Amino acid sequence: MHSNRYTIIFTMLITMVLAFVLSSVYSSLEEQTERNFQADIKKNILSSLGFVPDENTSWTTENVEAIFKNSVISFVVDKNGDIVEGMLPEDIDPKIDNDVYPIYKKTTNGKTEGFAIPISGKGLWGTMYGYFAIEPDGATAKGITFYKHVETPGLGAEVDKPWFQQNYIGKKFVDENGALIGIQTVKGKVDESSDEAYHQVDGISGATITSRGLNKFLLKDLEIYNPYLVRIRKNYNS
Amino acid sequence: MALLSKSSKAAVSDPLMSNNPISLQVLGICSALAVTTKLDIAFVMTLAVIAVLCISNTVISLLRKMIPSKVRIIVQLSVIASMVILTDLILQAYMYDISKQLTVFVSLIITNCIIMGRAEAFAMQNGPWRSFLDGLGNGLGYGIILIAVAFFRELLGSGTIYGYKVIPEAMYAAGYENMGLMVLSPGAFIILGLIVWAQRILGNVEEE
Repeated sequence: MHSNRYTIIFTMLITMVLAFVLSSVYSSLEEQTERNFQADIKKNILSSLGFVPDENTSWTTENVEAIFKNSVISFVVDKNGDIVEGMLPEDIDPKIDNDVYPIYKKTTNGKTEGFAIPISGKGLWGTMYGYFAIEPDGATAKGITFYKHVETPGLGAEVDKPWFQQNYIGKKFVDENGALIGIQTVKGKVDESSDEAYHQVDGISGATITSRGLNKFLLKDLEIYNPYLVRIRKNYNS
Repeated sequence: MALLSKSSKAAVSDPLMSNNPISLQVLGICSALAVTTKLDIAFVMTLAVIAVLCISNTVISLLRKMIPSKVRIIVQLSVIASMVILTDLILQAYMYDISKQLTVFVSLIITNCIIMGRAEAFAMQNGPWRSFLDGLGNGLGYGIILIAVAFFRELLGSGTIYGYKVIPEAMYAAGYENMGLMVLSPGAFIILGLIVWAQRILGNVEEE
């Protein structure tokens, strides 16, 4: 039998050794992890905007950074839909900057091809983060992606699968009167003959709460950007 | 000299069939349900569990004579938890996409009873080499079941194997549908139950 003194010293020592090992591994891998994370965010913006990696160029960190630099213009709008001059998305400090929202615009030879906005909100197990891309008309979905979530693999985690995300492409989140209605997942498959099919997508079976959360926060985030999108729609139609 | 003595060999091979941690000891069921919807996820999870199990068994076995028995469970747990965090960090740095798919389940390896069970039942009484082999055997035993369950769930639930479509489009055209139940937890329970049943019949396991 060991004495109390031995027990205390032993536990302290083992805790210190383990803590030291963990913190040194963490700090040596931190840079790589952070780079993966940032590249993953850019990759999500790009893929929501419809960029696909071709056979020769894969989504390496370098490629992602290069494409992003060449084809994406980032800017910030305020709650009235006005562009905030001289501010970039990376300048936003959530602690001091309220009511400013980043937008990523895809351009090819000066022509606007779409806008991506960040979306986030509660799923089943935690907050989900992603991007939602909009066609130049300001009313049609161009794509959706998720880069961070803790949903159940095979169920809620299907939100980051192509079959689910492709559902959204071409759906409208504005009704014929110009009112914002969002895009809703339905149970099972969308009934294409229904009048509501234009703003509905196929649901994920077994992931009711994830889907419900997604419907809710997508609408909430679109409302934030709506003042800007209203102008886009007006310009596009005139 | 043979590479493995008879008893060492048994430490690796027993958990594969006759004393499988999932299907016979019924440990680690929770993760077997959660990560078996797709083969690639099950495969990486298996590797992560094998790594954690081997390292934690070896470390605990090396320390076994020094660990005060009053606090042994806490010490085992902190070694296991550290190894799990280490695995998670390495996955995030080098296999970012897969670690994203596994989400919380890598961290939940900590609560996998197999690891705690092997540390307490085996590594505390045996030398480091045998404990390492025991970890390897149990990890493989866990993996075999995981991959078997994932194979059937992915095939029946999504019509793919390791992400490749195997059910021809013609079958879908003829009215075949993927079984939604297989993607949900009950599907894993049913397949796991069938595996346990088959193994008990084939292996002539004696009822206690």
